[in-house]
Amino acid sequence: MSLWKDFSKGLWKDIAPFRIVLGLCPTLAVTTAADNGLAMGLATTFVLTCSNILVSALRNIIPRRVRIASYVLIIATFTVMVELVMQAYFYPLYMILGIFIPLIVVNCIILGRAEAFASKRPVLNSIADGVGIGLGFSMSLTVLGAIREILGAGTLFGYAIFGPDFSPMTFMVKPPGAFVWLGLLLGVMNIIKRGRV
Amino acid sequence: MEYIVLVISAVLIKNILLAEYLGNCPFLGTSKRMDTAVGMGLAVIFVMAIATAVTYVVQHVVLVPLNLGYLQTIAFILVIAALVQFVEMFLRKFAPPLYMALGIFLPLITTNCAVLGTAILAIRRDMNFPEAVVFAIAAASGFTLALILLAGIRERLEISNVPRALRGTAIGLVMAGLMSLAFFGFVGVDSSLKAFVQN
Repeated sequence: MSLWKDFSKGLWKDIAPFRIVLGLCPTLAVTTAADNGLAMGLATTFVLTCSNILVSALRNIIPRRVRIASYVLIIATFTVMVELVMQAYFYPLYMILGIFIPLIVVNCIILGRAEAFASKRPVLNSIADGVGIGLGFSMSLTVLGAIREILGAGTLFGYAIFGPDFSPMTFMVKPPGAFVWLGLLLGVMNIIKRGRV
Repeated sequence: MEYIVLVISAVLIKNILLAEYLGNCPFLGTSKRMDTAVGMGLAVIFVMAIATAVTYVVQHVVLVPLNLGYLQTIAFILVIAALVQFVEMFLRKFAPPLYMALGIFLPLITTNCAVLGTAILAIRRDMNFPEAVVFAIAAASGFTLALILLAGIRERLEISNVPRALRGTAIGLVMAGLMSLAFFGFVGVDSSLKAFVQN
């Protein structure tokens, strides 16, 4: 039961990056299209889950004083794995996501979960937490990517959804659109939260 | 003269925060008050210049000759983490006033993706050593400029009537979007600037 709780809180109650306002750089940068957002979310989920497993398994071995450095090293290892796999098998995606793949290593969500959750809980709970938070993050990125892609390019997952007369608002796929939409979605989440309380 | 183009491009046209989307967590976290924004900005300029110089040397003296390019991410993040620690200790010992001003921001900088991002960008854009250092200082100045501008706006937002749902980070992001739109006006300036410099 507590496993399910650890998993499901990442999908709504603590959904990143809305409820936990961390990891904004990849959120803003890669959500120019829904599929880019999804890919970035899944890559982050992989690194988050693996680092949670290792941090949790080693939580009684790592000395407290060097824990942050150890977590960073663990996260960096899995990030390099993702980087190399994407370079080998998903090259076009690797080029689109560009610098933001190595930057998964400084995604505060991953270090935050290692410090706040995995370093204190058993392995199974940490896996549930990692997968839950990761999928929640993927969902958020996909939604933000979908909104920006529909308005900014008139497509969704690459398929045109409007007629040929649609003139896209290019502003939406450029940096300003990213900031404005993330701010507005955060506002929507605040309204929903207040309505429930 | 190329350096002028490089600086203007890094500060205004491809502002690291508003156009390259790097370093947004400290951007929103420390832009609520002007004095923290200034402190964070100065700390970032300081660390980013040293970090880019050191990682550049690591890349070209250690990683490339040994064919270890795939270890770039791990090597850079370790170098930056160690460097930040070292800078902190050095300042505490030899420049206590500076440490008092910048100290609390230094630990936050390790996970500031702008620092690692700038180091990697300098390598990926095939810059030489002086270019990389100038680029890092210019990019960090752009970061500081955007941070101070946003802090000025957010201090005024405190006393204005913002819809309840948007208070805090949400309106900060919308403001950053509007600022980004203003900086967007500089796009295309660099090509004509380059032509002007060459003539």
